Amino acid sequence: MGDWMTVTDPGLSSENKTLSQHTSETKMSPSSLYSQQVLCSSIPLSKNVHSFFSAFCTEDNIEQSISYLDQELTTFGFPSLYEESKGKETKRELNIIAVLNCMNELLVLQRKNLLAQENVETQNLKLGSDMDHLQSCYSKLKEQLETSRREMIGLQERDRQLQCKNRNLHQLLKNEKDEVQKLQNIIASRATQYNHDMKRKEREYNKLKERLHQLVMNKKDKKIAMDILNYVGRADGKRGSWRTGKTEARNEDEMYKILLNDYEYRQKQILMENAELKKVLQQMKKEMISLLSPQKKKPRERVDDSTGTVISDVEEDAGELSRESIWDLSCETVREQLTNSIRKQWRILKSHVEKLDNQVSKVHLEGFNDEDVISRQDHEQETEKLELEIQQCKEMIKTQQQLLQQQLATACDDDTTSLLRDCYLLEEKERLKEEWSLFKEQKKNFERERRSFTEAAIRLGLERKAFEEERASWLKQQFLNMTTFDHQNSENVKLFSAFSGSSDQDNLTVHSRQPQKKPHSTSNGSPVCMSKLTKSLPASPSTSDFCQTRSCVSEHSSVNVLNITPEDIKPNQVGGECTNQKWSVASRPGSQEGCYSGCSLTYTNSHVEKDDLP
Amino acid sequence: MNFSEVFKLSGLLCKFSPDGKYLASCVQYRLVVRDVNTLQIVQLYTCLDQIQHIEWSADSLFILCAMYKRGLVQVWSLEQPEWHCKIDEGSAGLVASCWSPDGRHILNTTEFHLRITVWSLCTKSVSYIKYPKACLQGTTFTRDGRYMALAERRDCKDYVSIFVCSDWQLLRHFDTDTQDLTGIEWAPNGCVLAVWDTCLEYKILLYSLDGRLLSAYSAYEWSLGIKSVAWSPSSQFLAVGSYDGKVRILNHVTWKMITEFEHPAAINNPKIVVYKEAEKSPQLGLGCLSFPPPRAGAGPLPTSESKYEIASVPVSLQTLKPVTDRANPKIGVGMLAFSPDSYFLATRNDNVPNAVWVWDIQKLRLFAVLEQLSPVRAFQWDPQQPRLAICTGGSRVYLWSPAGCLSVQVPGEGDFAVLSLCWHLSGDSMALLSKDHFCLCFLETEAAVGTACRQLSGHT
Repeated sequence: MGDWMTVTDPGLSSENKTLSQHTSETKMSPSSLYSQQVLCSSIPLSKNVHSFFSAFCTEDNIEQSISYLDQELTTFGFPSLYEESKGKETKRELNIIAVLNCMNELLVLQRKNLLAQENVETQNLKLGSDMDHLQSCYSKLKEQLETSRREMIGLQERDRQLQCKNRNLHQLLKNEKDEVQKLQNIIASRATQYNHDMKRKEREYNKLKERLHQLVMNKKDKKIAMDILNYVGRADGKRGSWRTGKTEARNEDEMYKILLNDYEYRQKQILMENAELKKVLQQMKKEMISLLSPQKKKPRERVDDSTGTVISDVEEDAGELSRESIWDLSCETVREQLTNSIRKQWRILKSHVEKLDNQVSKVHLEGFNDEDVISRQDHEQETEKLELEIQQCKEMIKTQQQLLQQQLATACDDDTTSLLRDCYLLEEKERLKEEWSLFKEQKKNFERERRSFTEAAIRLGLERKAFEEERASWLKQQFLNMTTFDHQNSENVKLFSAFSGSSDQDNLTVHSRQPQKKPHSTSNGSPVCMSKLTKSLPASPSTSDFCQTRSCVSEHSSVNVLNITPEDIKPNQVGGECTNQKWSVASRPGSQEGCYSGCSLTYTNSHVEKDDLP
Repeated sequence: MNFSEVFKLSGLLCKFSPDGKYLASCVQYRLVVRDVNTLQIVQLYTCLDQIQHIEWSADSLFILCAMYKRGLVQVWSLEQPEWHCKIDEGSAGLVASCWSPDGRHILNTTEFHLRITVWSLCTKSVSYIKYPKACLQGTTFTRDGRYMALAERRDCKDYVSIFVCSDWQLLRHFDTDTQDLTGIEWAPNGCVLAVWDTCLEYKILLYSLDGRLLSAYSAYEWSLGIKSVAWSPSSQFLAVGSYDGKVRILNHVTWKMITEFEHPAAINNPKIVVYKEAEKSPQLGLGCLSFPPPRAGAGPLPTSESKYEIASVPVSLQTLKPVTDRANPKIGVGMLAFSPDSYFLATRNDNVPNAVWVWDIQKLRLFAVLEQLSPVRAFQWDPQQPRLAICTGGSRVYLWSPAGCLSVQVPGEGDFAVLSLCWHLSGDSMALLSKDHFCLCFLETEAAVGTACRQLSGHT
């Protein structure tokens, strides 16, 4: 503030100036302090510089003024104007060089000061304009504040009014409610009054009626009569009967009969409806079971407990189905069972459907978010690629055309063309050479492979021979067994197949206890493994052998196989796993025949049998 | 559709016999009985005064003609024209007369509802029933004709008596929990009796044949209540129309409301077909006089033609503003009728007098709305199929079936204002009644349509 004032009003009183100087000093930052001082001191200096010089030095006071100047200058830190004296008594000489230097320095300082002054002035101006701006901003904000304050007050006022109105409305509502209550009371009282009056009137009216009745009816009104030619017969052809107690009783009976009939009819209808609904329920249940059972299998196999319940459930249902007559007998006994099971199934179905829904929604989301977009991107990329290709092709065509034209143009130039051709040929030759070497390498590889294959084939042949030998020996043994222990063997098979229904390990223990089983299982083992082999090798006579052995086994087990319950779809799967395991076992003919393989083989066997059955 | 020639009629008294063979009509004091097929006069009876009421006996053998002014009832036999019977109520007066279901008894209600006299045509015996209630529908017979229910009023309380019609013995007598009983109606199966209270209070009570209260239903309080009641032919539903413009359907198992049908003046559901009758005034411009040529056989040119247009929803129906400070305001559902197969219900809301609502009872929703140009006077269902005949007091008759709508001009001299109509038993024809005339309208059976088509093709 002070700064600004000094600039605009240089002619202010010195008191004011010093005051402003003081204030500005306190407010200013230290960096601007120096310039401030300079400014303040320079203003009076520049003003009366001329008059000062004219008065300062005259011819007679040169010495004094020089000394004065020297003093002044030394106090300001300039070097002395006098030459340094060696002795004390000697008069000091004026050093011209020093004077000139001092002057120069002073001039420089003056110039510097002027520059600084200018700078400060511009800064001052700038700051002044800033100030202006800030002031306008300030006033504007003040105005804004004022308006918002006014607005707030207005809103508060409105709020107050609305509250007032609300209160009034509440009051009105209350009044209205009261009014309604009052009116209702009035209505009620009027109604009672009206009813009372009505009753009174009616009584009077009844009295009058009674009187009229007496008057009219007891007057022996001759006119009240029926003039009829002859009486006609009753519609039902019967004669009218006298009124007695009997007829009354009969009427009652008939009434109840009618009511009973009605109720019976309704009951029948309800029964029919019930039966229909039951049928629907039953069908629903059946369908639900059939719908759920294949799906259940997968998750249930993991959890053994639940499989048991499901199977029992299915069995239970089957039992229920068989005694359908119960359904018709009474609802009570079966109702709970039915509703419970339906509820259970329904819950399963619901959860399943929900799961499916979730999956579907997930898939949808994914599909929409990823697949679709990606496919679109792909599509775009593809189109871009194709366009590029088209462009390239076009370019190529163009270049070819150009080349052709060139060729046509330069057809006469035979030498160059022949040279070019030669160049091409050389290149091609080199390429061919490379390819040739590659081919050779490949051929080598192939030969190596062929060698290894043949070796493997020889090995296989050997193995097969060994197999055949062993089989022959086994067949012999079995033949002997069949003849000697025929009865025993068939029993074993029966026992064995009885267990085939379940995939438990019990079978394993049973078989391991039967030594006779061993050859049997081996015989089964070889054909299956052979059948596996036949897939990779050409047909061998062993397959026919397999057929024979199989038929022989089937003779034993066919009866039992037929008894297989529909549940052994699962064992089939287990069997499938086991055959995979057994493959490794059978490929090593020398190794011992595991009971494991025997067991699994029966599964496959039974499976095969089943397939053969119609 | 063919029309018979026009016959004279008075007092809108024209009725088909219950067996469908004859048609009885009245002209002043003469009763004319015609054969339905030939329309030849079979019998002609002359009564003592102008006939005010006729009714066929259930076996179609007798017709009663009531002359209320004189307190007289005359009965005629169709088989024996010379047979006659005259019942004189004398100074007691007569306000109503009806047959008992056996066709051998006549129930006469005396003036001021002092008593009901039961006259027998078989014996000399006369029975009296005292204290009948003066109300809209005070007597009702079961369909099988075994029982009669009668509303009574004693000591400012309502009672219902159930009589056995064969010997007029009182079977049950019980008081009803009503302020002022207005109507009673048997269910078609004859086992449930609906009893409803005065319009001041919404209350409907259901009683078993043996007098037990099965259920009571009240939809609301403090406002005008029931205006009309109808049983479905299957006895499964009871439709109750009320002054609030709604129909409530009660079921026969729990006697609770299944649904309520509102009758809004604006229809927004695009599923509902709104048939709007549109007037097509004949163009009388000079160029149009000769073309199209007037139809031959259609009689004089009708003043205007009308046809149905299917209005596009939303539709707002014409409503009357009821005068609320008068008794019996024109609001609420005043007409209700179930189709014979119970599949449809036709209603009329009295403050939307031009419209007939048809409801689908199977789906319990509005099915179609017909908006006529003038207020609907009457409607009646074909007894054989879901087909509704409507009249509005104009010279047209309107037919609705689920397949569509039809507006038919009644041909004839002058204007034949159809005030009422009644179907023949077979549904092949119906009688259209105006103030002074009636004619029969024969609906084309399929065979008839076939022949007509053949004729048409032969002509062209």
